[in-house]
Amino acid sequence: METRFIGKSVQRKEGPEKVTGSAQYLDDLAFPGMLHGATVRSPIPRGRIRAINFRPHIPWNEFTIVRAADIPCKNCVALIIDDQPCLAAEVVNHAEEPVLLLAHPDKYLLEEARRAVQIEIEPLPAVFTIEESLARKQIIWGNDNVFKSFLMEKGDVDEVWASADLIVEGRYETGAQEQLYIEPQGMIARASEAEGVTVWGSLQCPYYVHKALMKLFGLPKERIRVVQTETGGGFGGKEEYPSMLAAHAALLAWKSGKPVKIVYDRAEDMVATTKRHPSQTRHRTAVARDGKILAMDIDFTIDGGAYQTLSPVVLSRGTIHAAGPYNCPNVRVRSRAVATNAPPHGAFRGFGAPQSVFALERHLDRVAQAVGLAPDELRRRNFIREGGTLAFGQIVREKVDMERLMRRAFDASDYYAKRSRFESENVGSVIKKGTGFAAFLHGAGFTGSGEEYLASEALLEATPEGRVRVLAGSTEMGQGTKTIFSQIAAETLGIGCDRIDIVQPDTADVPNSGPTVASRTAMIVGGLVESAARAMRETLLHAGLLKPRYDSISFAQACNRYIGQFGPLRSFVKYQHPQGLHWDDEKYQGDAYSAYAWAVYVAEVSVDMRTAEIHVDDFVAVQEVGKVINPTLAAGQIEGGVAQGIGLALYENVVWQQGRMVNGQMTNYIMPTSMDVPPIRVLFEEIPYGHGPAGAKGIGELPLDGTAPAIANAIAHATGADVRRIPITPEVLLEMLEQVHA
Amino acid sequence: MPDSVGKVRVHCRVNGRAVILEGHPMARLLDVLRDELRLTGTKEGCGEGECGACSVEMDGALVNSCLVPLMHAEGSEILTIEGVARERLHPIQQAFLEHGGTQCGICTPGMILAALNLLSRHPKPTETEIREGLAGNLCRCTGYTKIFESVLQACRESERGS
Repeated sequence: METRFIGKSVQRKEGPEKVTGSAQYLDDLAFPGMLHGATVRSPIPRGRIRAINFRPHIPWNEFTIVRAADIPCKNCVALIIDDQPCLAAEVVNHAEEPVLLLAHPDKYLLEEARRAVQIEIEPLPAVFTIEESLARKQIIWGNDNVFKSFLMEKGDVDEVWASADLIVEGRYETGAQEQLYIEPQGMIARASEAEGVTVWGSLQCPYYVHKALMKLFGLPKERIRVVQTETGGGFGGKEEYPSMLAAHAALLAWKSGKPVKIVYDRAEDMVATTKRHPSQTRHRTAVARDGKILAMDIDFTIDGGAYQTLSPVVLSRGTIHAAGPYNCPNVRVRSRAVATNAPPHGAFRGFGAPQSVFALERHLDRVAQAVGLAPDELRRRNFIREGGTLAFGQIVREKVDMERLMRRAFDASDYYAKRSRFESENVGSVIKKGTGFAAFLHGAGFTGSGEEYLASEALLEATPEGRVRVLAGSTEMGQGTKTIFSQIAAETLGIGCDRIDIVQPDTADVPNSGPTVASRTAMIVGGLVESAARAMRETLLHAGLLKPRYDSISFAQACNRYIGQFGPLRSFVKYQHPQGLHWDDEKYQGDAYSAYAWAVYVAEVSVDMRTAEIHVDDFVAVQEVGKVINPTLAAGQIEGGVAQGIGLALYENVVWQQGRMVNGQMTNYIMPTSMDVPPIRVLFEEIPYGHGPAGAKGIGELPLDGTAPAIANAIAHATGADVRRIPITPEVLLEMLEQVHA
Repeated sequence: MPDSVGKVRVHCRVNGRAVILEGHPMARLLDVLRDELRLTGTKEGCGEGECGACSVEMDGALVNSCLVPLMHAEGSEILTIEGVARERLHPIQQAFLEHGGTQCGICTPGMILAALNLLSRHPKPTETEIREGLAGNLCRCTGYTKIFESVLQACRESERGS
């Protein structure tokens, strides 16, 4: 089909402001009379608050001070359940838990004051690891320290063990990972009885913040307003945490009667806010001599930190993705999210899937070795195909061809030739090279019935000048929302992209399009934009104001005449789930996602055996993501995700001491620099998806799933190390290499 | 020169304009640019000289303005992102726009200053020179690939233009 904008690398809508430095991020805003806010946090992981002391050298009468008792309505950060307090009142459950808030016009005095508040806490025994939590010596949450558990079954794994040719077991671990958006968390609030509460912030989900503030203040929805400012990266880190920060800024503004800005410095951002859930996975796999996988028994546990927050949903995605794009007749996944006295772990691109996919794809290389097959041959004999059934009972109706993706990835990376060349050249060399790959899938949108419950909305509105405004709650945080929405609207309406205005998300103006998460913006909300645009066009055609062939000028004339005759020209749409999809929440079976992205990634590494330093030398990412709306932006998503995956695999090591991150600085928490990333070659396979806008599916999270296991498999290939956990720092690799030689 | 309350007056040029900056001698150049001159294109990402979001050019050298005390700016020539485009976008800005060099945009001002500084030293940089030239500027969105492409494109454009 001939398109004007879809499939074209249209320039980023807000790009000119970004390259000239004129884009206004939260910290670039200043309000008259504004105070700065700071948070006094718990120094210890668990205990009972005994007293709060204010050292006398600070002019405390100049400060606005907010404690839990000042909260107008409910002391919680409303999310799934309301177990997380906005300010700890009697007990603290993790280090850095907020206890008290301060505001003052002078930032420097404020910082001195923050250090001059001393919280006396009587320590209680704390839990720091998954093992300790499961041992239940201390019950720190609910009756059993378990936030949520799932049992997902297909066939009967227990029938298989006795007759299987081979059983391969393994245990895998992944560490916490910091989102490390370069713009720290920030929020400005204005609040009073008279005007209600307004916040401006760096955030992904305006309506999450809106809901949290309604509960905190006990105000009706029209008296709470949330405005997203230009957001300097999110990656999940600005999904749920901004609700907490907005609550704090709003409480200080409410009490002081003045606008209050809180911007975290990097150290506070790193130690106090959410990270990727650490995980442990056990695999037990029955396999026939011919490489056919007969049963997969998977046990998956994530560390949720001190409060439930989003852990059940992260666990759900990790559980569903745990058995990958394979057709295995018997699968059982038992999973749980447990409590520890660490700051709550939260959303981070991939959302549980990178953890369970790492375990699976690393394990399958070991299974292949055990049966004496090449890693690719084992996959080939087990790949899901159209009509096959995934581990949760979903019959694949997409034209999936994993073998073809693998072939393309191997061709582009020269996989076979390099694999054998490295194997011969590595002998006697101190630099050992290896290649490895991972095959995986990632579901787009909310899981199961999630999108039906969300019932997202979007609105298009035409102006008399023939410009069309897109009103949606989806936020731009660098991933390209504004650009792709304007491409979808322009294509459908048959006018120029420059005629489309994307309204900045502000809950006073835009409807609730659901959160900007879960690889759902292009596919789900983009789909709403497309439907609304189609309806607007049809309205003008039916009114006889547009002829079937028209240009931007006649479109503008039609809008003008329509508005003159009938009033506002608006097109409002609400999400409708594709027919024929069913999900059973009790059995955890059915159509978990309406569409999947499918991918094969290949990594090439070199390892210096003297220092155990690892470098990724080359990377090929092949994926089928439906129609690509904007090739430059889509490739940018994959490249950036691969870089974050390299960090997850090799460098990004959160060091914990007593439940507190002790390397909360960019100096000692290492993310990839321009020296660390290899050439990343991104190849798309495009099979248009019937229910996506112009055929698009989701891609945002995908690259985080497969990058780390591809690298881990490459390291195993290069060195013979039996890689079981990430990040694979030189220290970790040395340990693994010692085991090889032991 | 320090005055009675410990503040200094510093004479320098910012984006070609002579300015007098006032503040504590140890005030960070970053804060003075942002708060006094309202040049908010220079960003704070870490405050410890690691991320490069606050990069500006000072007398032709790329510096992290979060690590520069105000008193060091005396007599200097400073270029911030606001001074890069003249009548129209600088070729580097144009290249970042066209080749996906900017995503969330928070590292972009510093990255563009770093690229500009790199090209002033190496008008035809090799891939290694580009990687090294940008190594002090962290980007969490792009994986750097499109930034490298943008820099190479800007070089090609300037070759064509010269």
